[in-house]
Amino acid sequence: MKTKKVAFLGVFLALALILSYVESLIPFYFGIPGVKLGLTNLIVVVMLYLCGTKEAFAISMLRIMLSGFLFGNMFSILYSAAGGLLSFLVMYALKRTHKLKVISISVAGGVSHNIGQLIVAAFVVETYNIFYYMPVLIFAGALTGFLIGILGQEFIFRFQKVFREHEMSEERD
Amino acid sequence: MSKKRFGKNDILFIGGILGIALLFMLLVFFLQNKEGACVEVTVDGKVYGTYDLNENQEIPITIDGEVTNVLTIKDGKAKMTDADCPDHLCMHQKAISKEKETIVCLPNKVVAEVTGSKEKQEFDSIAR
Repeated sequence: MKTKKVAFLGVFLALALILSYVESLIPFYFGIPGVKLGLTNLIVVVMLYLCGTKEAFAISMLRIMLSGFLFGNMFSILYSAAGGLLSFLVMYALKRTHKLKVISISVAGGVSHNIGQLIVAAFVVETYNIFYYMPVLIFAGALTGFLIGILGQEFIFRFQKVFREHEMSEERD
Repeated sequence: MSKKRFGKNDILFIGGILGIALLFMLLVFFLQNKEGACVEVTVDGKVYGTYDLNENQEIPITIDGEVTNVLTIKDGKAKMTDADCPDHLCMHQKAISKEKETIVCLPNKVVAEVTGSKEKQEFDSIAR
């Protein structure tokens, strides 16, 4: 059982890393370093539902560290970590309310990811003028979060059974 | 877990986020509309001069040795007070004081635009 879980988490981490890599290949630039599509949020959202909070958090943080070392630099780790942490906290808090579906969780994650990065950017650049980007970033985060939410929802519906069979899921409902 | 993909809550939630973004957009729009520090006059696309808005003054704009327009700065606002062009449209435009606001005198190709003068502007806004 336990080894199975380790293997599962390893696969997810690999998946998240691949998505980071795919994302780094797509030239999608908002004008602020580190602000990206957030494809890896798909993995975090799915794991939050299928595996559990601790596991999702661990994978999210490990992914940020590893992809930072592989495809980025210290700054991109800082940006990603800020975005990742904030979006994780927001998604976790919203999921606990049990009032929202995957799609809303994902939208909230996308938006808060961008906000987290913007806050770090504001500290680094030491100017508050970049908060002018806020509306654009909220819209962008909402859009990507929306798409990833749809994808994640389908993923969760289809893999729920598999995860339950292997007793991976924390929640049984 | 039910197989429902959307709920009423989701529509409200996502709508709310978009609403907040719109609010931010308006906020940014108004913030960018802040008081300017200087007024820059250009004639035929070339910079003629930059003048402090905090200083009451009359600026005669001379083109080819003739005074064609007079820009008057009073109480932090700039207004075209005289023009030799036939329609005097620029004189009827309201006084400008906010960043990016302009007065244009088309016949003479005179443009007065309010600008924030870089660092100085930031210092001013902190000191205020």
